[in-house]
Order: sequence, then structure tokens, then C-alpha cells
Amino acid sequence: MARLLFFGRLADRAGGRRRERSLGDDVLSVADLIAALAAEDAALGDALRDISVKYVVNETVVGVDYPIGDDDEIAFLPPASGG
Amino acid sequence: MITIAESAFDPARALEAFRAANPGCGAIVSFVGGVRARAYDGGSLETLRLEHFPGVTERSIAAIVDAACTRWEISAVSIVHRVGDLAPGEAVVFVAVGAPHRRAALEAADFVMDYLKTEALFWKKEISDRGETWIDPRGDDYKDAARWND
Repeated sequence: MARLLFFGRLADRAGGRRRERSLGDDVLSVADLIAALAAEDAALGDALRDISVKYVVNETVVGVDYPIGDDDEIAFLPPASGG
Repeated sequence: MITIAESAFDPARALEAFRAANPGCGAIVSFVGGVRARAYDGGSLETLRLEHFPGVTERSIAAIVDAACTRWEISAVSIVHRVGDLAPGEAVVFVAVGAPHRRAALEAADFVMDYLKTEALFWKKEISDRGETWIDPRGDDYKDAARWND
């Protein structure tokens, strides 16, 4: 099972900060994962595709075409602001 | 040193600890950021909720510190950043920079704060008497950080 993490406003949109998901044979990249999530929740899909969102797989920032599997942790990060 | 604080901390004690740990610095500059009483939605702030990405957030801060150490001759940097639920008046962030001379310490502290505002991985939600709002970096925050690219 892949671990999905949602931060900030994306956690509100996803209805939780974390979920587990079996990626199956169809989800091979971050883009595929977003498409699968969008098929279930179009608003969440739009939010995850926003240009300001960063994708982090196993604690490394990646592009949308990055390959993923069931052993991975995939995090979705909206714009951050500390201080 | 980078510390993510889950509960309230005392910036005065943080500064004293920094001074004690870095006795050779000719200059120490510190900054304390606090929780405002007025929310961006114009209401009265009740809670500022801060979340982070454990491990990854610390590394995002370390990258800012590394950039400051490359740019200025500084001896030590300490950053304490709160997460969790904060009340108005509580300290959110403490930054201390020690250096042989004041100009480097002043500029590096300014730089670190500008980048904490735009690059550090924290997410803030204001909960006021009017509702809840996620806070994005403001245009001025990006302008402040861009000053260092000139």
C-alpha cells in the first residue's frame, strides 16, 4: 500500500492528512495517481494539479512523471509559509 | 541548530542559550516573530495552527541556513519554529545569528527570515471569530526574498 500525505489546505480538500492506497497496475507515476484521485473527486484532482503544488516522493521533490509504487510515500504540498 | 517546538518556548531563554554556546561572537542578532491579534480576514484571531512535514521541514530550513553560511561570514545560527496551536502573543519563530562582526549577522538574520517566509515547509491556518483561513505567502514576502537575488 502506498502512503499518501496531504498538507495544509490539501488535507482539508482530501478529507484527511493521510490515507493508504493500493496503486494497482494502472498507477505508475504521480500523474497517474492524480488522475485516479481525480476520477473519484474532481475538485481534489484540480487542487492537486495546481501549478503551485509540489510533489514529494519518499522525502524528495519530484516531477509529475516520477514513477511510484506501493512501497512509496507520496506527499502533496501546497505553497508553504513559515515565520 | 534547528528546533521544531511542539509547545510554547521562551525566546529570551533561547537567546541566552545561544549566547552561552557561542561566547566568541562579536555580534549576535536575534529576531522573534509572534502571533498577531488581528487575523487577515479582519476578525479577532483565536488560534494560529501550524503544521509541518517532519524531517523534510527541518531539511528545508537547513538549506536556508546553508545558503546564509555560504553568503556571509557567520559563526552560528539557531532557529526555533513552533508547530501546533498558538494563541495571540505567543512566539512563532526565533532566529539568532552569531558572527565576528555585526553587518554579516544583521544581513544574514534578515535573509534567513525572508526565506523562512517563502521556502520553509510550514502551513498556517488562522482561526478567527469569522472563520478559518489558510495563509499563503504574501506578495511582499516574495518581494522581500527576491531582494537577495539582486
